[in-house]
This record gives sequence, structure tokens and C-alpha cells, in this order.
Amino acid sequence: MMSFQHIVFFAFSAILVFAATMVVTIRNPVKAALYLVLSFFTAAALWILLQAEFLAIILVLVYVGAVMVLFLFVVMMLDVNLARLREGFGEYLAIGLLVAVLLLLEMILILSSGDFGTAHMTAPAALAADESNTRALGILLYTDYLYTFEIAGLVLLVAIVAAIALAMRKRKDTKFQDPSKQVRVNRDDRVRIVKMKSGK
Amino acid sequence: METVPLHYYLILAAILFSISVMGIFLNRKNVVILLMCIELMLLAVNINFVAFSNYLGDLSGQVFVFFILTVAAAEAAIGLAILIVLFRNRQTINVEELDALKG
Repeated sequence: MMSFQHIVFFAFSAILVFAATMVVTIRNPVKAALYLVLSFFTAAALWILLQAEFLAIILVLVYVGAVMVLFLFVVMMLDVNLARLREGFGEYLAIGLLVAVLLLLEMILILSSGDFGTAHMTAPAALAADESNTRALGILLYTDYLYTFEIAGLVLLVAIVAAIALAMRKRKDTKFQDPSKQVRVNRDDRVRIVKMKSGK
Repeated sequence: METVPLHYYLILAAILFSISVMGIFLNRKNVVILLMCIELMLLAVNINFVAFSNYLGDLSGQVFVFFILTVAAAEAAIGLAILIVLFRNRQTINVEELDALKG
């Protein structure tokens, strides 16, 4: 008899594996990005099952809300020749499948050896109803991991600067105003008085 | 109520990781899909972190996931910016045609 948690876990796991498979095999990059959104959503649901509510919400807000929208923007902006990119898609299918299956078998062999089973890793007690994951995480972030937190902010700042510096370009054919030049201009630069004899 | 054992989560993450490894083999020409596969790998690792954090009763694992998400967001932003510059200069994102360095 499966408990409710088992049913939820298996349902979301099935969706997650399906979505991930679609990401790597589907033809259209836009659809791949949308399936990646689906896999992030289901992963967030699994994290809620693991009592990590704050991270689940962060995953939806930051990943689905920001990073995946960025992906979609870029995919739609680039006018790529899909047929050329798909050339030789199946060429490495055999070796890719072999490596993936071997990797998976090795990992499953280790993971199901019993060291991570119910005997060693007993399930944690369910948290109290008023227990706040966000609060506990916040206390940890602003005490033990304060410097790391600040470095994370710095990393984001560098990423912003780098992304803008990379993607910005000065177009030569656009006209724009230079305020400092406008302020510095003299009367002599603009007005030329020409002395000439008046016609008779 | 019986909870899901830890190794179920670990095996799920292993499956996800293997799928993204296969994706890197399959889509080795399309840089956008390669970046997506890297995001999937990071997600698999994050699932491991969250699962262990819950089962060991230690919130540090979730703090780690927090920082991984930060770095992954930065990586995605810079990677996509590089991709845009690349496409602007070469009109292609095909990995096979990006051989200017003759590496």
C-alpha cells in the first residue's frame, strides 16, 4: 500500500523525467525551453515535498520567472537554421545512450546499496505547522553565511555588468544627443558674423 | 504517514543527470540546448542537496542550493549574452562552425 507521499513523489518524478527527456530530444528550441519550465515546476513541487518551501518558491520565481524567460527571449531572437543544427542528431545517439545508461547504472548501484536506505537514513519528523522554513534559512544566511551571501550579491553584480557590457553595442547610424557637448558650447561655435557691404 | 526514502530522491536526481548527459551528446551542435542541459544538471545536483538537507536535518544544504541558484543565474545570463554576441558576429550558433581559434 503506497502512502499519499509516495503517490505524489512518483507522479511528479514521472513528469520530471518526461519533461527532461523532451528537453534533450525535441526539435524546436522554444518547445525545449518550455519543457525545461515544466521540469523546474515539477522539481519545485518535489522540493515542497522535502519541506524546502522557500527554495521551491525561489525556483519558480527566479528560474521560471527570470532565467527561463531570458532563455525564451534569446531563442526567439536568434534566427537559427534548425535543420543544420539537427544534422547528425542520431549520429552520437548510441554512444550517448551508452554513456548515460552506464552512468545511471553505476549511480543506482551505489545509491541502492543500503547506505542511503531507510535503515541508515531515517525519515525526518514532519515539521510543526507554524515552523517557517524561510525564517530558519534567513537566520542561517544572515549569521553563519553572511560573507558568502555578500559574495553571492557581488557575483550577481558582476554578471549584470558583464552581460550588459557584452550585449550592448553602439550603432553608428543612430543619432543621439551628447549633453556635455551641448552644455560646453560657446557662442562662437554657433554664430558667425559676416561683414559684407550692403547692396546698392 | 510513511515518507519517501532518501534513495528514491537520489536515484531520481541520477536519472535526471544521466538524461542531461545524453542531451549533451545528442545536441552537441546547438549551444542553446547545451546551456539548457547544464541547467538540468544543476537541477539534479540541487535535488540531491535538498534531499540530504531534509533527511539529515541540516539547513546548510538548502543554503548551498541558494548559492548554486545564484551562480547558475549569473552563468545563464553571461552565457546567453555571449551567445548573442556570437550570433551577431558569426550569424550562427553551430558549435562545428565556431572553429576560429583552431583548437
